[in-house]
Amino acid sequence: MSEMNAQTVPYVRESMVPQAEPPVTERGAVKWMRENLFSSWFNAILTIIGLAFVAWVLMHIVPWLWNSIWFAGSLTACREIRDATWGAGAPSACFAVITDRWQQLLLGFYPSELYWRPITALVLFGVAVAPVLFTRVSRQLLWFSAVYPVAMVWLLWGGTIWPYLLVIAGFALGVPAYRIGAKAVSPLLGVVAAIAVPILFWVFVLPPLSGALSSALPIGLEAVPSRAMGGFMLSFIIGVSGIALSLPLGILLALGRQSHLIFIHAVSVAFIELMRGVPLIVWLFTASLLLNYFLPPGTTFDLTLRVVIMVTFFASAYMAEVIRGGLAALPRGQYEAADSLGLDYWKAMRLIILPQALKISIPGIVNTFIGLFKDTTLVVFIGLLDPIGLSNAIRATTDWNGIYWELFIFIGALFFICCFAMSRYSMYLEQKLRTDHR
Amino acid sequence: MKTSVFLGVLAASGLTAGIASAQSETLQEVQDRGTLNCGVSTGLTGFSSPNSNGEWEGFDVAVCRAVAGAVLGDPQAVEFVPTTGQTRFTALSSGEIDILARNTTWTFSRDNDLKFEFTGVNYYDGQGFIIPKDLGVSSAKELDGATVCIQTGTTTELNLADYFRSNNMEYEPVPIETNAEAQQQYLAGACDVYTTDASGLAATRATFEDPSAHVILPEIISKEPLGPLVRHGDNEWGDIVRWTLNALIAAEEYGVTSANVQDMASATGDNPEVNRLLGTEGDLGAMIGLDADWAVQAILAGGNYGEIFERNIGETTPVGLARGLNAQWTDGGLLYAPPFR
Repeated sequence: MSEMNAQTVPYVRESMVPQAEPPVTERGAVKWMRENLFSSWFNAILTIIGLAFVAWVLMHIVPWLWNSIWFAGSLTACREIRDATWGAGAPSACFAVITDRWQQLLLGFYPSELYWRPITALVLFGVAVAPVLFTRVSRQLLWFSAVYPVAMVWLLWGGTIWPYLLVIAGFALGVPAYRIGAKAVSPLLGVVAAIAVPILFWVFVLPPLSGALSSALPIGLEAVPSRAMGGFMLSFIIGVSGIALSLPLGILLALGRQSHLIFIHAVSVAFIELMRGVPLIVWLFTASLLLNYFLPPGTTFDLTLRVVIMVTFFASAYMAEVIRGGLAALPRGQYEAADSLGLDYWKAMRLIILPQALKISIPGIVNTFIGLFKDTTLVVFIGLLDPIGLSNAIRATTDWNGIYWELFIFIGALFFICCFAMSRYSMYLEQKLRTDHR
Repeated sequence: MKTSVFLGVLAASGLTAGIASAQSETLQEVQDRGTLNCGVSTGLTGFSSPNSNGEWEGFDVAVCRAVAGAVLGDPQAVEFVPTTGQTRFTALSSGEIDILARNTTWTFSRDNDLKFEFTGVNYYDGQGFIIPKDLGVSSAKELDGATVCIQTGTTTELNLADYFRSNNMEYEPVPIETNAEAQQQYLAGACDVYTTDASGLAATRATFEDPSAHVILPEIISKEPLGPLVRHGDNEWGDIVRWTLNALIAAEEYGVTSANVQDMASATGDNPEVNRLLGTEGDLGAMIGLDADWAVQAILAGGNYGEIFERNIGETTPVGLARGLNAQWTDGGLLYAPPFR
C-alpha cells in the first residue's frame, strides 16, 4: 500500500481545481427554457406559436387598456377625446361608462340619498359571516349572525321596524315552545311545537299587532320597493340568500332521501328530481309568469322573493345530491359505531355522520355555491335588472349605445372577486379540517 | 298583512263591481294606488332607457307619463316595470301592469287571441336593411345571394323569408340573439346586411364610429305599427289610454305645446276644438271619468306628440329619425286624431 502510495504521491493534486461554471446550456434561464420550452422540436414549435399568440393578444389589449378614457359624457365624447389625445382610430377603452354608471351597476335604482343602507348592510354582512367562517372570531358574535338576516331585509327594504321585531319574536317563541312540549310529552312534540307556534304567531298575531304598533309608534326607515333593487346588489341578495338557505335545506333533503320513512323518502326524491330535472330558466319563468296566474289577483307577492325561493329550491336539490355523495362515501362502520354508542338518529347525524360527510363534500358544496351565484344573472330573462340587464339598459341610452367590453369587463371583475374568494375560502377550510396525515 | 290586504281588495273590487260599472275598475285601482304601473322595454334606444339618475326616458316612456298625467295629475307617479319580449304579455294579462308601452307591433293575433286592446299607434315602424356603403348596393332588390344578420324568433325573420321568396332571391341567414350581438357581427363583417325595424337600424347606425359609411336601404318590407296596449275587460280604461294618445296627437295638430298649454287652458280661446280638448268648453273629461283638465296634464307631462318625438328620437337626437309616416296627416303622414267633440 505505502509503496503504491509513494509512487502516486507526485501525481496527487494538492489543491483542487477551482470549480468551473456549468456550461451555458446547463444553467439558469437557458437550462430552464431548454428543459421546459424547447425540449424537442415539437415543443419548440408549440412554444413559439404560444408566445406569438400571447404577444398578439397583448398587442391588442395593452394599448386598448393603456389608452383608457375615464371621464366623458358619452361614447361620442369618448371618441372625440381619443381622437384628440391618441389620434383617430387608435384603440382605446372607454371606461367613462363605468365612471358614469357604476352606482347603477352596483346598486340599481336604489335612491341615492339612501345608499348608506345597502353599504351598512354589506359591512354588517361581513361581521355576521365572520364567526360562521372563522373559528377564531368570538362565538358571541353568532347571536348577531342569527339576527342579521332580518336586520338585512329591514335595512334594504325599510318600512317600520315592528314586523321585523315580531318576526324575531316569533323565532324566540319557538324556544319555550320546544322546552314545554319536550318536558310535558316528548321531544318530538317539542319539535312540532317549536315549528308550529312561531308560524301560528306570524300568521295570526303578527299582521294585526304590527299594524297597530306601526300606526301607534311609526319608527322605521323609508320603504324602498323591490323594483329599486338592481345591479350587483340584486345578484348579491339572490346569491347570498340562496347560498345561506340551500345548505340547510340540502342537508335535510339528503337525509330525507336516505330515510327509511317511506313518505319522507318519496317527498325528498320527488322534490330533488323535479327541481334538478328542469332548467333553472324554466323555474324563473314559473316564478315570474305562472305564479301571477295562480295567485289571486291583487296579491302582491314580491318578484324578488319569488326568485329567491326558486333559486334556493333549485340549488338545494343540487346541494342534496352533493351531500348524499358525502354520506355515501362514509364507511358503513361509522353508522354502526354511532348506533353502538346508543346515540339516537339526530345525535348520530349531528355528532358523527354529518361532520365527516360535510367535510368530504366541501369542494362539491362550494362548487354548487359558485354555480348558484353565477346563475343569478339568468334573472335578466324575466326582466329583473341585474348587472347584465342593466348593461343592456345602459346600452339603450343614446349616450352609451355601442359600448360592450368595458361593461362586461367590469361585471366580470365583480363576479370574479366573489367567486374567487369563495374558492380560496373552501381551500382554506379543507386545509384546516384535514385530519389525516397524508 | 298580505291576507288582510287581499281580503280588502276582494271586498273593494266586489263593491265597485256592484255599484258603479261605468267607472273603470283599473282607473279606480290606479287612483287608489297613486301610481301607474307601466310596462316598458328593459332597454331600447330612444324608446325606453334609464338615465344616470335612474329615471326612465324615451318615446314609449313618454306615453306612460302622459297617461299618468291625465289620470293622476302627476307625470312622475309611474312605476316602470321593465319587461322582456317573453314576459311583457303575461305581465299585462296578469294585472302586474296597467298598460304596456313597449314597442309592441299591433297584429291580429295579439289583439284577438291574446285578448288585448291596442289603443292606437304611437309609432309606425317597418323592417329595413342596413349595408356598408362600399358594397355599392342602393336597393334591397339587389341583395340576391347576400348574407343577412337576423334576430331569431322574431317577426322580422318571417318577413325576411317572405320578401326574398316573393322577389325570387336567395340569401344566407346568420342567426343572432340580440341587437347588441347583431351590431358586433355586422361591424365584424360576419354578414353583408343587417335587418331589423328601421327605427332600430337608425339607432344602431348612430352608434357606429363612422355612420356615413353605412346606408339604410329605402325599401321597407313590413308594416310594424307600434302602440300601447291594455288588457280586455275594461273598455273605459282602454278609452282613457286611447284618448290620451289622441290628445297628444291632436295637440300637435292644433299647435298646443307644453309651453303654451297653460295659457291656452286658462281662458276659452278661438278654436272650439282646442277648447273642448283643454276642458275650457264642454266636459269631455267627465265622460271618461277624469278631471276637466286631463288633456292639459297629459300635454304638460312631456309636450305634444311632436315635442315627444323630437326630444327622444327626432332628427336633433343621435337616433335621428325623420317624421316620415309619423307626421300629421296634414303633412302627409298617418297621424290622424279623431275629433274631440
